[in-house]
Amino acid sequence: MKRLSEERTKILFEKLCKYIGSNIKLLIERPDGIYCFREKKDRVFYVSEKVLKLAETVGPDHLISLGTCFGKFTKSNKFRLNITALNYLAPYAQCKIWLKPSAEQQFLYGHHIKKSGLGRISESTEKYQGVVIFSMSDIPLGFGVAAKSTAECKHSDPLAIVCFHQADIGEYIRAEEDLL
Amino acid sequence: MDIVAEVLKKSAETAEKYKPITVTKHLDLEYDVGSLLAVDKNELDTKAINKNKNDYLLSLTRDNVQLLLNKVWDLPTERVDETVVVRLPPSTFVLPRSKPVPRPKPLTKWQQFALEKGIKKKKKPKLSWDERLKKWVPLYGFKRSIAEKEKDWVIEVPQNADPFEDQFEKRKIAKQERVAKNELQRLHNIAKAQNIKIPRTGLLNPDVSSSKDLQAAVTVARSSTASLGKFQDKLPKEKEARGISAITPGASRKRKLPPVPATQEKEENLAVLNSILNKKPKLDIEKAVNRQINQEETERSTEKKTRKPGGNKINKSKGGKKPKSGKGKSAGRKRR
Repeated sequence: MKRLSEERTKILFEKLCKYIGSNIKLLIERPDGIYCFREKKDRVFYVSEKVLKLAETVGPDHLISLGTCFGKFTKSNKFRLNITALNYLAPYAQCKIWLKPSAEQQFLYGHHIKKSGLGRISESTEKYQGVVIFSMSDIPLGFGVAAKSTAECKHSDPLAIVCFHQADIGEYIRAEEDLL
Repeated sequence: MDIVAEVLKKSAETAEKYKPITVTKHLDLEYDVGSLLAVDKNELDTKAINKNKNDYLLSLTRDNVQLLLNKVWDLPTERVDETVVVRLPPSTFVLPRSKPVPRPKPLTKWQQFALEKGIKKKKKPKLSWDERLKKWVPLYGFKRSIAEKEKDWVIEVPQNADPFEDQFEKRKIAKQERVAKNELQRLHNIAKAQNIKIPRTGLLNPDVSSSKDLQAAVTVARSSTASLGKFQDKLPKEKEARGISAITPGASRKRKLPPVPATQEKEENLAVLNSILNKKPKLDIEKAVNRQINQEETERSTEKKTRKPGGNKINKSKGGKKPKSGKGKSAGRKRR
């Protein structure tokens, strides 16, 4: 368990920036104590200072996880967000997509979102921006990358992909052993 | 009668002088006649030892030697040059080593690699039949080199090669290079086996060096400026060589960051975040265009809604219907 290097912090924030923009500040500056990012085996964890102090008493070989896993760094030093980060992405998301109830299952099985499944999309979504996916009843389902901007969405045909799938809460079942 | 008594007396005297050849023991000794060894497992008489150690040990040894010699006499004897000789059987007792078992020879780098990969050495025949020369050619040695010379008396100049280049010379140099490399590797292996540190040779020859060597050379070269490579640019995907941080003072080492108080860490994080947020371009053209399109569309839709009651009626009566053929001269498609 170690602090993120400056380079890696930058990579992490750049990634988070795509989803929650300047709201990252709210993750760092919290009224309920100090929270920080820690790295273990290339995985990045978001932990409160209190939990961190407790976790430091556990030997590195025995410690598997602490706080919330945000994702991991790949071998080529890119950052991949995990579905476990959704709890912190959803409330601060800048761009959202709401899914029609009929398209929810498709998305939860790991498919991209088609125009036909699109219920609502937040205004001024840019192309290739990170978006958080909600059901119509405002339950966060996952996140992805917008394949089309809002304006383009209006004119595309119903089978065109609107959002690329990145992570969904179905992974809690599908990839149970990979999640920390 | 007198003689008999004398003889008996004499024999008694000799019997007193020489101890008997039969010795009784509680436990039989263990013998290894081949190495003239007898092991006595009987208990020592502690009382006798305390009384007179030397005499006791002497008598004990005599008895045991007597027993051993009895065994030797059991073996078939021969007579060689007026002396009685015994051929001892092969020894069965395993003597322990006086020195430790020698360590296995450290493997060379290739041997280690071959062991890991399961590469077995194939035995090559010492002589092989050469079809072109019509004779047996050895695997190596001077006869081999003569045969090679005989075979390659002419070399084709490869395409794109300099026609005035001496191909024989080139081949000779390549061979020398290979031999030198092998020698270097041999020395490396010796150094590795004896755990000797050898100085770095740097980049020997771009043809024989591995990509690892090249990477190390690049990393060292970059840090070899007056400012330890601080102002040297990096290529986009360039990686730093590993294991040379000791000789490249400017190279960044992977090290665990020192612990800092949480508030300071928070501030550092905020600084990084601010640098990212500030870096974003103020004017995103695509976003602006999209916004413009969006605005126009909304405007148009609101206009439509407001214009519906009044304006549309006139429009409908005027141009709502298709122009029919024959009615107007200019309207409609011309037919031929």
